[in-house]
Amino acid sequence: MSSYSQPARRRHLGDKRLIQMFIIPTVVLLILMNVFPLIYSLYLSFTEYSAINPTPPQWVGLDNYKKVLSDNLYWHNFAVTGRYALISVSLQMIVGFGLAMLLKEKFKGSGLLTTLILVPMMLSPAVVGAFWKNIFNPSFGIFDQFLGYSDPNTAPEWLGDPDLALWAVVIVDVWMWSPFVMLLSLAGLSAIPDYLYEAAAIDRASAWFQFRRITLPQVMPLLLIAVLFRTIEAFKQFDLVMGLTGGGPSLLQGTQAVNVTETVSVKLFRLAMPPQAQTGLSSAMAYVVLVIIIAISNLYIRALNKVREG
Amino acid sequence: MLKKTFSVVVLIALLSIAFTSNFAATPRPVQAQGVSELTIWWAEWDPANYLQQIGNEYEAETGIKVTVVQEPWASYYNKVGAEWAVQGDSFDMVVGDSQWVGQAVEAGHYVDLTAFLNDNGITETVTPATLQYYGEYPTGSGTYYAYPTEGDANGWAYRKDLFEDPDNMAAFEAEYGYPLAIPETWEQLRDIAKFFTRPDDGLYGVGIYTQVDYDAITMGFENIMFSYGADWKDADNNVLGVVNSPEAVAALELYGELYDYAPPGTDNAFFAEMNNVFINGQAAMIMNYFAFFPSLDNPDINPYSDSTGYFPMPTGPTGGRFAALGGQGISVNSYISDERKQASLDFIKWFATPEVQARWAAIGGYTCNIEVLESEAFLTQTPYNAAFAETMTFVKDFWNIPQFGLLLEPAQRYLHAYVVGGEGTAQAALDGMAFEMDEILIAEGVISE
Repeated sequence: MSSYSQPARRRHLGDKRLIQMFIIPTVVLLILMNVFPLIYSLYLSFTEYSAINPTPPQWVGLDNYKKVLSDNLYWHNFAVTGRYALISVSLQMIVGFGLAMLLKEKFKGSGLLTTLILVPMMLSPAVVGAFWKNIFNPSFGIFDQFLGYSDPNTAPEWLGDPDLALWAVVIVDVWMWSPFVMLLSLAGLSAIPDYLYEAAAIDRASAWFQFRRITLPQVMPLLLIAVLFRTIEAFKQFDLVMGLTGGGPSLLQGTQAVNVTETVSVKLFRLAMPPQAQTGLSSAMAYVVLVIIIAISNLYIRALNKVREG
Repeated sequence: MLKKTFSVVVLIALLSIAFTSNFAATPRPVQAQGVSELTIWWAEWDPANYLQQIGNEYEAETGIKVTVVQEPWASYYNKVGAEWAVQGDSFDMVVGDSQWVGQAVEAGHYVDLTAFLNDNGITETVTPATLQYYGEYPTGSGTYYAYPTEGDANGWAYRKDLFEDPDNMAAFEAEYGYPLAIPETWEQLRDIAKFFTRPDDGLYGVGIYTQVDYDAITMGFENIMFSYGADWKDADNNVLGVVNSPEAVAALELYGELYDYAPPGTDNAFFAEMNNVFINGQAAMIMNYFAFFPSLDNPDINPYSDSTGYFPMPTGPTGGRFAALGGQGISVNSYISDERKQASLDFIKWFATPEVQARWAAIGGYTCNIEVLESEAFLTQTPYNAAFAETMTFVKDFWNIPQFGLLLEPAQRYLHAYVVGGEGTAQAALDGMAFEMDEILIAEGVISE
């Protein structure tokens, strides 16, 4: 009897054991891959340390943070990123939402057109950067020709002109990610009940009034989510910049030269990786970026909650 | 059951400790025995394929398999750096950039090869400049950490059909008062670049490095800077008054002027862009590392291959002549076992023999071996080998101290701001660069305030 019941008990795991079996590996992985690096890099941000050097980290207190927050070059990187995020995300909202408004009514071929519009966001940013670099080339690229410049000597150098380079990155980012905003907007638009528009039409409300009082408020939560996602991504912008401009061109501002498209992520990469390999300093900069992203995300989430409550 | 398992684990652990302690207590002669394969890390490009061929021949001779692991240039340094960070043994040897030497040596990543190279007479077989820049650290110490493997430096490719065209020759001589030929001075090169800049025909005089990412514009500029008598530092590592000296300013002004004669769109250009503007007929002359000239000699790639010539760097106003060093030396990883270190040294010793170096050069590698460089077979093997052999006698490099990456960043930024950004003066750009470099050197303790 006992020899029969023993294997039966082994086959049936208790709920508690089952939960542990599923959760423990996840928690262990989370601690190893996320929590530990987060805490360790926080510690490193208070040290002078290079990962490619066997010298152990030397405690320097807040020196790294002081350097990041007091050096003009770092502020320049934050300013570039902020400017880029503001312009790029705003344009993505306008273009993406505009496309969604145009495509919300079904017509012949609208499905195919929607799919084609979504193609850019499915491409690798490194590949997009590489081929847009050719598109912007004043000698043989089609962008200047599209704008009506047939002579490469008078055509704008989008990636080499300090006044245009950031705009070039913005153009590519908008081309690539407006479809994402369009997709979210379409989801929002399709969820608006028809009876709201029917009621407005009975009341002879104008199209503008319907847009302002029905469409926009109904889509707003999804638009804010799109803004949140795109802003976070814009603050992390790296691939496109490296592929298009490498952070350049440089420009003399007063007595100091600055890289006009060098975002914080590009700067962070250069600080952290060889040949600079300033692990401590780059960790401090990463934490400053993290705090900024958390602060901005909180603002958006509060706005989102207000819209939902209102 | 658990107790039994635990006892077995403890027993195995104790036995392992006893076993390894016994071996550790008895010093063993270092031999390469037991090593059946070696791994070399290098960037992904043709010379690495050539080294794999050499490795295959080594396997045929010795039975030891050699694998050359290639990583794209853009991520190569990062990959090696990550391996250094964990003091890893994923590679036995690494073909590292000349500028890495100080960083790798100070951190203990490379094995000291001084005795090995001296005892085997290898130091005498390579050109002094390559031994100094690829292997020696600190400079002038006579201590070596790499065997010069792929010699490389900047040189020039030019369109012979344009240079030898009678109409061009007559027009040039009428305008500048001397014959159109391979430029002997930087001023002549500037004149020729200006002469061939004909935007209406889609032709421009010159292609020069401008890339801001890593070190391209700095390498391009230092060709002129060194030749003009300027330098990155003085004997005491001071930069103020050195990198912004009148000679350096004149050199930067000339580099900026050359950019005026470059094809549109070469505002962030490195080796690939140089070859591209040459192949598509946009540039009469381009600067590039010799390692990238083989594709210009290929008629399937370069429609002007039959009329493409090559020449070394011109001289500066006082006769100074230097070329920015490229290329790499092979070093042994200090984190591998003694047996693997010995096996790696055995490979380098074999690789450094004149016969293998001749073979290395024959399949496309840029040897640094004096005997091979001077041989008629090498000089006539390709249209660019003669220029390469001449260049390897006057190469010069950027800083190679561990802080070189910190110094490279402002150099790239200020040079690009003046040459491509086009605002301010060369003096202002170099003053700013000197100031930032001085601050870095003081902060890093290289010089005192």
